[in-house]
Amino acid sequence: MAINKVWVLAEAFEGKPLSITQELLTKARELGSEVSAWAWGDDVASYAGELGSYGATKVYSLGDLGGALPGVPLAAAMAAQIEGGNAPDAIVFGTTYDGRDAAGRLSAKIDRGVLSNVVDLSVEDGSPIAHHTVFGGAQVVKSRFSGSGQGQPPNIFVVRPKSFAAEPGGGGAPEVVEVESPDPGATNAARILQRHVEERTGPKLDEAAIVVSGGRGLGEASKYEMIEELAKLLRAAPGASRAIVDAGWVPYSHQVGQTGKTVKPTVYIACGISGATQHMVGMKGSKNIVAINKDREAPIFSIADLGVVGDVHKVVPRLIEALRARS
Amino acid sequence: MNVVVCVKQIPDPATPGKLDPASHTLVREGKLILDDSDAYGVEMALQLADKAGGGEVTLVSMAPNDEVSGLRTALAMGADKAILISDDTLKGADALATAKVLAAAIRRAQPDLVIAATESTDGYTGTTPVQIAELLGLPSVTFAKHVEVGDGKVRVQRQTEAGYDEVECPLPVLVTVTAGVVEPRYPSFKGIMAAKGKPVDQLKAADLGVDVGGGEPRAFGQEITEVAEAEERQAGEIIEDEGDAHERIVAFLEQLKVI
Repeated sequence: MAINKVWVLAEAFEGKPLSITQELLTKARELGSEVSAWAWGDDVASYAGELGSYGATKVYSLGDLGGALPGVPLAAAMAAQIEGGNAPDAIVFGTTYDGRDAAGRLSAKIDRGVLSNVVDLSVEDGSPIAHHTVFGGAQVVKSRFSGSGQGQPPNIFVVRPKSFAAEPGGGGAPEVVEVESPDPGATNAARILQRHVEERTGPKLDEAAIVVSGGRGLGEASKYEMIEELAKLLRAAPGASRAIVDAGWVPYSHQVGQTGKTVKPTVYIACGISGATQHMVGMKGSKNIVAINKDREAPIFSIADLGVVGDVHKVVPRLIEALRARS
Repeated sequence: MNVVVCVKQIPDPATPGKLDPASHTLVREGKLILDDSDAYGVEMALQLADKAGGGEVTLVSMAPNDEVSGLRTALAMGADKAILISDDTLKGADALATAKVLAAAIRRAQPDLVIAATESTDGYTGTTPVQIAELLGLPSVTFAKHVEVGDGKVRVQRQTEAGYDEVECPLPVLVTVTAGVVEPRYPSFKGIMAAKGKPVDQLKAADLGVDVGGGEPRAFGQEITEVAEAEERQAGEIIEDEGDAHERIVAFLEQLKVI
């Protein structure tokens, strides 16, 4: 049994919907009979067709936000629609910077809870059910909204990236509806002055076929160069455990795990990473896992397809040398 | 400049967590510690208040059983005082109910700036700070990797998918900081001694005039319908490096046809 209306927050970068958006629309199509996307920016019309092909039959567009952070105006516009009688059964956001902002704002505005860190969604007895993994993926928990008020639509979900495969459904061009955001007042005071796009030479962390990550076992910040070198040779993305991000060795954007990126590459190579649950959450779904760690008891070995008990400072340089010799 | 830092006291992440079989809520008994993620916010608050020429840094926390050990850690770092809301009726509170309680406490402190971590280490819903901002009618800038305050404004480098945005916002505002944004200081012996005498205002939800409908099962509008063991990922082959482990890795990658 399906639910009726589902809204999906559609995020795009440089005129192209993010993969999380494609994933969410694919799932929404399965859950609901009518899927609408919410988008912003002056270029919505240019990618609305792609949102349609993934299942949106309608796109609510806020247009250019004049430098405002999107969370506040999105929540205000959604709340206005809901209060005006156009409430969906479920609203699905991605676990992204703007997705979490919009979900949190909307939740407080319309006084509805949020179920977050969702890794799957289903419909049981006519109500949407969220699936979460807890304790680093050791257990799967299903939950739903209940009680008077909170159980009422719309149900708000925040879904982790890579939870579903993105598949176009062959839908046609959606209807694009321009919506005004009611003035959110002081809450909307933040302005983007400038956007910085960081130079990226290799593939994106969450899209790479191979990810090479380094952890505390590297010993010192300068040793991360070896991870970058190995990643470059494998045309992989370099990643990191929380420990070395917290220590300031590498930027937060490299972090794989609960608080960082979720990755599901063909091969994940963990170098000097013990495998704290915080890390495992973000990489457990990798198709193949190679781990190099000097501690035989490290939890990472319990999920590795190939575990090497050894010193990363010896194994990784030899691996780099061997790969160089091949190229 | 008065700064409020939202801090969470959590079970030690080094010990595996478990769910209460009856209520399906996280078991939070025993000693709680300051969430590592919050140490960055505390440090940031201390530095910003210092640069602004003074002002109070107030911690706001909600925790069961009048737990203060994590707050003492943050007070030892240098925060001036704390507000703790500890109330049995809040057991199992979801992110929104938590936000309502914290927002009511923060309102008392009338801060110029509210700082929180992007998410807690144990619950990691990551929505509470923004819910607090909405309830307080404040703007928010989340995922800050660099923060400066001057001329009544906050200037933030906000993490994005592609890099970062330079964002400006007038005070008062709520900012969430990522780990690594500053280097948290270790409490000094003097700090630890001083922390013992710093005021911790211990309140109940009713003291704040907040009614989040707690006290009954499922009062918080979410219920867990099923708990199951996840499919175990099987461990593969484990080898000792005898100087040739790199060859095994190359062979493994070849077999997967990725090189």
